[in-house]
Amino acid sequence: MPAKTLCEIVVAVGYGRGVVGEQPLIYAEGLVKRFGDFVAVDGIDFQVRAGEAFGFLGPNGAGKSSTMRMIGCVSRPSGGVLRILGMDPVRQGAQIRARLGVCPQLDTLDQDLTVRENLITYARFFGIPRREARRRADALLEFVRLADRAGGKVEPLSGGMKRRLSIARALVNEPDIVLLDEPTTGLDPQARHLVWERLFQLKRQGTTLVLTTHYMDEAEQLCDRLVVMDGGRIVAEGSPRSLIETYCPAEVLELRFADGTPGEYADKLAGVGERLDPLPDRLLVYTDDGDEALAEVHRRGLIPSATLVRRATLEDVFLHLTGRTLVE
Amino acid sequence: MVIALLAARRSAGRVGAVVGRNIGAMRSGPSYLLVLLSGLAEPLLYLLSIGVGVGALIGTMELDDGSRVPYAVFVAPAMLAVSAMSGALAETTFNFFHKMKYARLYDAVLATPVGPFELVLGELTWAMIRGALYSGIFLAVMVALGLVPAPGAAAAFPAALLVGLAFGGFGAAISTYLRGWEDFDLVSTGQFALFLFSGTFVPVRDYPAVLEVVVRLTPLYHAVELLRGLALWRLEWGLLASLAYLVVMALGGLWLASRRLARFMFP
Ligand SMILES: Nc1ncnc2c1ncn2[C@@H]1O[C@H](COP(=O)(O)OP(=O)(O)OP(=O)(O)O)[C@@H](O)[C@H]1O
Ligand SMILES: [Mg+2]
Repeated sequence: MPAKTLCEIVVAVGYGRGVVGEQPLIYAEGLVKRFGDFVAVDGIDFQVRAGEAFGFLGPNGAGKSSTMRMIGCVSRPSGGVLRILGMDPVRQGAQIRARLGVCPQLDTLDQDLTVRENLITYARFFGIPRREARRRADALLEFVRLADRAGGKVEPLSGGMKRRLSIARALVNEPDIVLLDEPTTGLDPQARHLVWERLFQLKRQGTTLVLTTHYMDEAEQLCDRLVVMDGGRIVAEGSPRSLIETYCPAEVLELRFADGTPGEYADKLAGVGERLDPLPDRLLVYTDDGDEALAEVHRRGLIPSATLVRRATLEDVFLHLTGRTLVE
Repeated sequence: MVIALLAARRSAGRVGAVVGRNIGAMRSGPSYLLVLLSGLAEPLLYLLSIGVGVGALIGTMELDDGSRVPYAVFVAPAMLAVSAMSGALAETTFNFFHKMKYARLYDAVLATPVGPFELVLGELTWAMIRGALYSGIFLAVMVALGLVPAPGAAAAFPAALLVGLAFGGFGAAISTYLRGWEDFDLVSTGQFALFLFSGTFVPVRDYPAVLEVVVRLTPLYHAVELLRGLALWRLEWGLLASLAYLVVMALGGLWLASRRLARFMFP
């Protein structure tokens, strides 16, 4: 066996056991994805470390899924460097995929099989013996609270149930890294909280999570660190708190007015707070003290039809970075 | 060497898992079983209506070596070839295409260590299992009707599997080129043309010269030649050419299909 290959195997095994603890599990540098002339991912750099929950946040078309598919070794990078678990996704795709759990943006559940068989069959693709596959399937169905649907078909499950089944399926090989592409899009708040709770639990167990979302609250809840993507590029990076602290004052005052455009009021409120952002339906005032800013609005003789003082969120960061709201 | 063996074993396990998925799907739905059995009905009906019915009018048929056999005996091996062809094509065109483009099944499979080659090989293996069932029943009917001697049937069985493998590989390859369900009309038209003009109902030497040359290039002709030669136990060198044709077709189809699948699934 060539020395290089042996070396790679040792490194790869080391990654799995956490021996090479300082090395990132995923390393990307200048990563590019092109579809013909179109550049979907435009030279991004990021690293994901063992045990962390890492997020890609961005609007539709930002390039999140394209990036996730490259990490999942089902899409060939058009340029740059990508290393996953110390391996090369083009040459060692199967070895990497063996240690990933993937929950794609659109469910790819097997309609011809029952809920439980979906998990067992999937486990078999990883070479897991049938007995062990059954054991894991039952444990995972408990984990995502679908045990009572085990014998039923996939088709009649609700959207949230299908999503949970997809997540369970992604865990069937006890992966080192779980990739979740928009795990909660389209779910009602209750279903979303159940998914969050499960993802938290995984995180506590030390599983490395990589997820995409365009929900700010999801990113704030789940991610230790995240990158904000827009138009195929990374526009900011950090923990949710540090991003908010870097790009926004602590509080936001939201003002709505019965008549006139928010833009007109922005002129009248010049100098209030640190920054003003007129949106089509409301005016945002970024400030360290929302109540004081509101008092100043009243002092200037303006009477908003509705006011709200709240803490700054990632939504505000995104708005600031790109000049656009995230969820259209 | 050890590593290569281990890799081969792991790979075989993955191919087996793809086959296992199809067995699971068949077991959990009655509809699948129905489709499976309906594939058998068509060639059997042709055998009975044309072979036995029309055979009564025609009487006997002269073979290339000058000997004469009852018409049903002449037609039956051809119907076996057609049965092997349509069984394999149904699995690898219609089902393959559906799983690839609509059910998103292959998206799920290829996110695991299973690679495109293993996936296509697994689907072909499944088509073969299905084909073995068709051909087995069909041959049993032929033996029961006295259309083929037992040794001929025994020799024709593995050959029928090869026919299935060849058309299966070919079908998987063409289904990667299909744009939508409309294109299936083309596939069935092509299939029907092969069915009519492959020396199935009359020997190709009775065709016009130009047509004969064309027919000798098409796959079902070689399938019919091989199965008829073995079933009637008329062993000639020409059978080796047909055998080689089908082996190349099977391997070429497998290679092309997995290459195209990788390109389609991993843009
Ligand atoms: N297979 C493909 N062929 C051509 N263009 C593609 C392909 N896949 C993605 N794109 C394009 O790449 C861009 C980024 O798509 P991507 O799916 O990565 O975005 P996203 O951030 O996941 O968006 P969303 O939030 O809508 O899921 C889009 O403009 C999309 O049209
Ligand atoms: Mg996406």
